[in-house]
Amino acid sequence: MQNKLHFIDVLGRTTGAHRKQDPGSFEYTLPAEITSIYPLTETEKLYQIQIIDPEQRNRFSFQPGQFVMLELPGIGEAPFSISSSPVRRGDLELCIRAVGNFTNFLAKVERGTRVGITGPFGTHFPLEKMQGQDILLIGGGLGIVPLRSPLLAVLENRSRYGRVDIMYGAKTPAELLFTYQYEEWRRFDINLGITVDKADKSWKGRTGLITELLKERIKQTASLRENTYAIVCGPPVMFHFVCKMLTEAGLPMQKMFVSLERRMHCGRGKCCRCNIGSTYTCLDGPVFDYWSVMNLKEAI
Amino acid sequence: MIFKVFKKQELARLHELLAVNIIVGPVVKGKDRNGKPLYDFDVVYDFNELALDYTQTVHSPKRFVLPYHETLSTFAVSRDGWEKHVDLNVYRPLVFFGMHACDINALNKLDLVLAQSTYPNPYYMGKRKNLFIIGIDCNPEPQCFCRSMGADSAIHGFDLFLTDLGGRYFAEILSATAFDLLSQISCKDPSAKDLALYKQATNGKNKHYTAKVETSDLTKILDLEFESPAWDAWGEKCLSCGTCANVCPTCYCYGVEEHVDLDLTHASKTKSLHSCNLIDFAKVAGGHNFRPTSASRLKYRYYHKHRGFVEAFEESLCVGCGRCGAACLADITPPEVIASVRGKE
Repeated sequence: MQNKLHFIDVLGRTTGAHRKQDPGSFEYTLPAEITSIYPLTETEKLYQIQIIDPEQRNRFSFQPGQFVMLELPGIGEAPFSISSSPVRRGDLELCIRAVGNFTNFLAKVERGTRVGITGPFGTHFPLEKMQGQDILLIGGGLGIVPLRSPLLAVLENRSRYGRVDIMYGAKTPAELLFTYQYEEWRRFDINLGITVDKADKSWKGRTGLITELLKERIKQTASLRENTYAIVCGPPVMFHFVCKMLTEAGLPMQKMFVSLERRMHCGRGKCCRCNIGSTYTCLDGPVFDYWSVMNLKEAI
Repeated sequence: MIFKVFKKQELARLHELLAVNIIVGPVVKGKDRNGKPLYDFDVVYDFNELALDYTQTVHSPKRFVLPYHETLSTFAVSRDGWEKHVDLNVYRPLVFFGMHACDINALNKLDLVLAQSTYPNPYYMGKRKNLFIIGIDCNPEPQCFCRSMGADSAIHGFDLFLTDLGGRYFAEILSATAFDLLSQISCKDPSAKDLALYKQATNGKNKHYTAKVETSDLTKILDLEFESPAWDAWGEKCLSCGTCANVCPTCYCYGVEEHVDLDLTHASKTKSLHSCNLIDFAKVAGGHNFRPTSASRLKYRYYHKHRGFVEAFEESLCVGCGRCGAACLADITPPEVIASVRGKE
C-alpha cells in the first residue's frame, strides 16, 4: 500500500477563517436576522438585517458602494448593495425590489426571519479622496439604493466635504424611495433635486429628465474640472447621457464613479456571470471610475 | 528536471503500482458515424482498458475537478434558524493516466482563476491538489490548434509526462512521488540515442498541425472589431446550445440554485456549470438581458477567452484543443471565427 497517494486537505487548519485568501472563507455565511421591514413603495422594501453574533457584527466592516450576498437557505442567494451607513457595521439596511423568485419570496417573509450574509464584496466609492471637494450624487430609479450609503457617510462627516448635490429621478412620484428622509437630508446643507418622468395629481415637484437637473447644476459653477467628484447610478440609458454631460462639463473621467449591476451567482469572481470582458463586476466593481468603464466594451 | 527512459512493458507495472488509488484514463466509449472510436475519460479498472493512443476525448477532463453538478452546502433548517454544512466532495486522490498537454495546460489555466486568485475556490482546489497526473504525448488532429495558443507542450501541472519513442517511453519527472514510483520499475537514464529520438518525435509532431489561429495583437484586434458584422454572421449560425462550453476544458462559469427538501427540514445549495451562450446567462431579475442576442453571447465567449483572460493573466483561456469546433452542431470553429474577425477568409 506504499503507493497510496497522500490526501491533501485544502481547508487544513483554515476552517472558519474569514480572510479573502483562505479557502475556508469561500462558503462562510454569517447568520443574520431580519430585524425590521419598512415598505417604501409598492414593490420596494427596506430590510434591516442584523448579524446575530455581536462579535461578528462589530467585526463586519464595509465601505459605501460594496455589496453583500443575502441568502435564504433553500430559496436562493442574491447580491444587494448596502444602503446603510458604514458606521452601523453589521447592522445592515438593504433596499430590495420584489422582482424575481428570490426577492418575491423575500417580500413575503416576516421580521425575525433568519438569513445568511456573506461579504462585503467589491470595490467602493473613494470617500477619503473626495474630502474637501464638491460632490454630485446622481441616481435614477433604484440607483438611489447604492447612493444612500455614501450619502449617509458624507452627511455624518458633513464638514469634511464641500458643496453636496443630490439629483434623483424616478418614473412616478409613487416610485420615489426614501421620501421620509428628504427633510432630514436637507437639514445638512445639501441641494436635493428630485424629478419624476410622469407626475400624478398630488405631485408638486419637478417633472422631466434628470439631465435637466444636471444642466442647471452645471450652469451654477464655472467648471467641474477642479474640486468635484460625481457618483452616478441608474439604468444604462441614464449612464450614457449623464456621463456624457459631466465629461462635457469638464469633469475628469477618473473623478466620476458609477456602480454597475450584473447577474451574480457567487460574488467572488468564480461564476463568471458578471464578467464584462476581462473584468468581474463583483471583484473589480461594482464601483468603477468612468475611465475603466470607457475601456470596457458593453459595460454601459 | 529529471528524465528517465523505460520499456513499454513496464507501463503495466506502473499502472499496477498506482492501482491502490482510483485511476482515470482515456477509454473507448463507442464509435462515431464513420466507424472511428470515440474516447472519453473514465475510471479504469484494468490496464487493458486504457487507450493511451487515443486521438482526443469528446469531453475534457474538467468534470473531475469541476463536476457538472455539485452540492456546495446543505442546511438543517428549523423554526429558529438554520445551520450550514459545507462538504468539498473530495475524499481521496485521483490518478490521471494519460492526459494530453492541452488538457494539462487547461488545468493550469483554471488554477489561475480558481485557485490563485482572491477567494480561492476550495471545491476546485481540493480536487485539483489531489490529482496525480501522468501526461502522454499526442499526434495533432485536424482540429488541434494548441500550437497557436502555446499549449502544445506542458511545462508544469503534471507529475510525470511520457513520450513514445517506439519501444520505450521517455519520462519527464516533475514530482517526488513520481520519482519514487519510477524507482520501483525498471528504468534508466536516457542515452544519446533516446535524446535524438525524443527530439525527432517533437519535431515530427510540429509538422502535422493544420489548424492555426493567428494570435498576434489579437486583444487589440478584438477590441477594434467589436462592432464587426462578422459577429452577426456567426451569431446567425450559432444555436446558443452551449455545447462548446460543455466540452471545453477551460469553461468554468456556473449558476447556483437552492432547493428545499420535501421534509422542509433540510435544504441544499447546488452549483451547475453554465454556458455564456445560453440565453439567460446575463439576464438579471426584472427581465433586462445584458446580452440578448445570440451574436452578443458568441462574441462575449471569444472576448473572454481571447481578450479578457489575456488582459487579466497574460495568457489566453483557450488551449486550442478544438473540442468546441468538433462538437459544434453549427460547425463554428475558433480558427474560422478569429480569421473572419481578423479579415482573413
